[in-house]
Amino acid sequence: MHSFGYRLNGLLTFAVTILALMCAITSLSDNFNTPSPSAEIKIMNINWFQKQPQGHDEVSLTMNVSADLQSLFTWNTKQVFIFVAAEYETRKNSLNQVSLWDAIIPAKEHAKFWIHTSNKYRFVDQGNNLRGKKFNLTLHWHVMPKTGKMFADKIVLTGYSLPEEYR
Amino acid sequence: MSYFTQNSLLSFLGYPVSLQTFLPLSAPSLHFTMDWQGQKLAEQIMQIMLLVFAVTAFVAGYVLGSFQMMVLVYAGGVTLTGLITIPNWPFFNRHPLNWLDPSEAEKHPKPQVTVSSKKKGFKR
Repeated sequence: MHSFGYRLNGLLTFAVTILALMCAITSLSDNFNTPSPSAEIKIMNINWFQKQPQGHDEVSLTMNVSADLQSLFTWNTKQVFIFVAAEYETRKNSLNQVSLWDAIIPAKEHAKFWIHTSNKYRFVDQGNNLRGKKFNLTLHWHVMPKTGKMFADKIVLTGYSLPEEYR
Repeated sequence: MSYFTQNSLLSFLGYPVSLQTFLPLSAPSLHFTMDWQGQKLAEQIMQIMLLVFAVTAFVAGYVLGSFQMMVLVYAGGVTLTGLITIPNWPFFNRHPLNWLDPSEAEKHPKPQVTVSSKKKGFKR
């Protein structure tokens, strides 16, 4: 610690190292949080169900998504990214996942919500397997931290199915 | 202010002033030194203060549930530590080393070092 510049360098290096340690401990403290989220999705209407010119099935639906994700937020949460995916099985693929809608929840106050919306992204199949298809709607969430590890989980809601004929 | 009045004012205020602090009259900054004890003290103060502020900041942030609070408390702590330990404050110079005056040194010449040849033995 001999000169002004030497002490300044030493102080800044040590300060930044300790800051890195603080961020690591902050991220670890997220593991103490046990979240208890809940969600419900109702399909209000199948708007249309057609076969596209290329031969793929496409559905447009209106759904009502309501959820309480407030327990996911901690002091180290920057935002929560959620999306609704339709999951089903076909002869060709054992699992198809199609993302229908997503959103970013920036704060805990906005985490208890309901939304009435048509699908934001197109529900298109690889082929024409959707007639009478039973599918699950899964609400996925990614908890994005201010510093450290990102947690991701989901809720699977079963029991949805598509009409037997095109409309 | 002339150099001599400046010097005498500073020694009046308690700042150790020695002939080594010879400065041209145009110099804007005052260059003081830290002695060895002071350097050690500065380093210890810096390490302890930073650790204390880090712990305080984390606890404050966790209890208040605010990441921003943690960062602000820590940033304030780093700045305060910098202000205390980086500049050459007088309390870091309480055990100054008094170098020998040049005129005094001339009266006691350095002993002559006799050059002796040394052989370095090889280990086999």
